[in-house]
Amino acid sequence: MADTRRPAGARRTAKQGGDSAETLRGYYEQMVLVREFELRASEMYARAKIGGYCHLNLGEEATVVGLLAALRDTDYLFTTYRDHGYALVRGMEPGAVMAELFGKTTGVVGGRGGSMHMFDADLRMLGGYGIVGGQIPPATGAAFAIDYRSKAGKNAEAVMCLMGDATTNIGAFHESLNLAGLWKLPIVYVIVNNRLGMGTPVELASAEPDLYKRGSAYRIPGVRVDGDDPVAVRDAAIAALDKARADRQPSILETMSFRLKGHSVVDPARYRSKEDNEEAQANDPVPAFRNRLLKAGALDEKTADGIHDAIEKRVTDAVDFADASPDPSPSELFDAVYATPVANESRAYPGDPVTTVESVAS
Amino acid sequence: MTELTYRQALNDTLRAELTRDENVYLIGEEIGVFEGSYKITAGLLKEFGPKRVVDTPISEEGFTGVAIGSAMLGLRPVVEIMTLNFSLIAIDQIVNHAAKMYGMFGGRVKVPLVIRTPGGGGQQLAATHSQNLEVWYAHIPGLKVVAPSNPADAKALLTAAIRDDDPVLFLENLGLYNTKGDVPDGEQVAEIGRAAIAREGTDLTVVSYSRGVVTALEVAEQLAGEGISIEVVDLRSLRPLDRVTFCESVKKTSRAVVFEDDMLSYGVGAEISATIGEAVFDWLDAPVRRVAAAEVPLPYAKPLELAAMPDAAALTKVIRETLAASGYRK
Repeated sequence: MADTRRPAGARRTAKQGGDSAETLRGYYEQMVLVREFELRASEMYARAKIGGYCHLNLGEEATVVGLLAALRDTDYLFTTYRDHGYALVRGMEPGAVMAELFGKTTGVVGGRGGSMHMFDADLRMLGGYGIVGGQIPPATGAAFAIDYRSKAGKNAEAVMCLMGDATTNIGAFHESLNLAGLWKLPIVYVIVNNRLGMGTPVELASAEPDLYKRGSAYRIPGVRVDGDDPVAVRDAAIAALDKARADRQPSILETMSFRLKGHSVVDPARYRSKEDNEEAQANDPVPAFRNRLLKAGALDEKTADGIHDAIEKRVTDAVDFADASPDPSPSELFDAVYATPVANESRAYPGDPVTTVESVAS
Repeated sequence: MTELTYRQALNDTLRAELTRDENVYLIGEEIGVFEGSYKITAGLLKEFGPKRVVDTPISEEGFTGVAIGSAMLGLRPVVEIMTLNFSLIAIDQIVNHAAKMYGMFGGRVKVPLVIRTPGGGGQQLAATHSQNLEVWYAHIPGLKVVAPSNPADAKALLTAAIRDDDPVLFLENLGLYNTKGDVPDGEQVAEIGRAAIAREGTDLTVVSYSRGVVTALEVAEQLAGEGISIEVVDLRSLRPLDRVTFCESVKKTSRAVVFEDDMLSYGVGAEISATIGEAVFDWLDAPVRRVAAAEVPLPYAKPLELAAMPDAAALTKVIRETLAASGYRK
C-alpha cells in the first residue's frame, strides 16, 4: 500500500516553533484526557456499565485536539458517532459525558442519546450522529442558516462537519457538497480517515481513495493532513475555516490517522493483519506527541507524569459521578417527544388501553 | 369569509407567514422561477426574493437535511417535496433525523420544520407517482402529520404547522388543489391533533381524512336523500390521532366505516378500526369496515386506475352493507 501519511496533497504546516510550551502542553493534556477517558469507557463497557454501541477515539486524539483548537466558540460542530473525545475537548464535563454513557439523568442529554449522541447547544456541538452520513445535510443546513443571517467576514461563524472515510461514499455526502458548493456555504467537511470503514479498507470502498479530492466535482477544494500531529491539523483547519468565514468557500480537510482498536469496543478486529496493527501502534499519536514535546523541551518527564496522574483522577471522578447519578425514571418516558405540546399525544405504556380518556372508557 | 381554492388558501398562508416572520423561508424544487409544480408558491419569489424562496437542485435528501439543520439554528423552513413519493429519497433525514433530534438530544434542540407534499392517485401518473404513504410517517413518534381536507383547514393547519416547534409533515392531495371552500378571513391557527365532525349524523360514522372527506361528504349528502343519517369525522391529524372524537361518534351511531386512500393492509383504517374495537366495542352493532385502495402498484390505464382507487360507489356499498349487517331500519 502506498504511504498515505505524507502524500502529494499533504500539508505539514508545522509551525510549532510559533507555539508556546504552555499551548503545546495544553494540547498534550487534552490528548491524554481523550485517551484515558476512552480506555476507561472501554473498561466500563466490559463491566456492563455502558450499553449499546460504543466507538472510541483511540488513535484519533491528535485529530480531535487539533480540530477543536481551530474551532471558535462561535462555530458549530457536527460529529459522527465516534464522538466522546470531541464532546470532552469541546468542553463538556467528563462526568456528564460518562453519565451519558451510563444512561444517567446527569448525562449531557439526560441519558436519552448514549454514546453516539453527545450534544450541547451552548457549546455549539450539535450532535454526535449514529447514521453514517446523516449529519452532513443538517450540518450543511447550519451553514445555510449562518449565511441566511449574517455576512461573510473574518469574524463570521462557520460550521465544521466531521465524517469517517467510508462516509464519502454515501449519497448524503455528495448531495450536501453539491449544495454547499452551489450556495457558497461556510462549512469545512472534515474526513477523519482512519483507513477502515468498519473492516473495509478505503481502497476497497472508494473509487477515488484520495478522499480530499472527492469535492472536485463540486468545485470544493481539499487538503490532506497528518492526523497524528495536532499542530498540523489545527493549522490546516484554521486555514479551511478562514476560507469558510471570509470567502464562504466550503472545503474538505482529510486527516490521516490510525484506529488503534476495533470499530467499536466489541470488535476484536481480527480482519487486520499483524503488520497493520504494528503500523497503527507505531503511529500512536499520544506517546509520539509526548516525545516530541520532551525533545523540544516543552515538557519534562515529571510534568508529563503529573498531567497523566491529574487526568486519571479526573476520569476516575467522572466514573464516580456517573455511578452515583440517578437513573431516569420510567415516569419520564414521554417527557421529550414534542417541543410544542400537542393534543392527543399517545402516552400509553406497553399494555395500556389504547385510550384512557374517561368519556371513551366509560 | 372568502371562497378560495385549496391552492389559493395555501398560497395566501405562505405569503402571510413569510411576511410575519423573517425566519420563515421556503425551500424546494422548482418553487421559485417555475412557481411550483402545482403552483402553490406562485408569485412568492417575485414578492420575497431568492433568499426567502429557495430553488434547489433535485436533491431531496440534501435539501430536506439542509432545512433540518437550519431549523436547529432557529430558522423556520417550509420544505416543498414535489410529491409524497419523492419524500422516500429524503426519508433518512425525515425519520432518522428530524423526528429524532428533540427526543434523542434530550429536549435540547428544536426542529421547527414543515414538509409540505401532495400525495394521491387518480391523475394517471402510474405506480411511482400516485402513492399514499402517510402511514409511513404517521408511524413515527416525534413527527406530527396533518392532512387537511378543505381550504379553511389548509390555512389554519399550515399556519399552526409553521408556528409549531416540531417537524410537521403537511399532507396535501393532488385531487384537492382545485376544490373550493369558504375560508375565514384574518389569522387562523388550528390546534394540531384534533379531529373535526365534518357532518353530523346518527346512523353511521364515516372516518376519513384529506381527499377522502370530500367523497364521504358527497356520499352522506346522497344518502340523506334516502333518510340515512351519516356522521363524517375528518381526522385532520394522523399523528397525533384524535381517538376520542371518532370513538365518541361511534358511541352515538354504533356503526363505523373508514374511508381511506392508502392501502388496506396496515393502513390508517387498521388503526382506526382496532381503536374502535378496543375502546367502544360494546357500542358497536356491526363490524367496522374499511374502504381502501386495491393492493397493486397503481396502473396507468384509466379503467385500471379507477378500479384500484376507493370511490363514492365503494363507500356507498359498504355503508349499505354495514347498515344491513346491523339490522338497520329507517
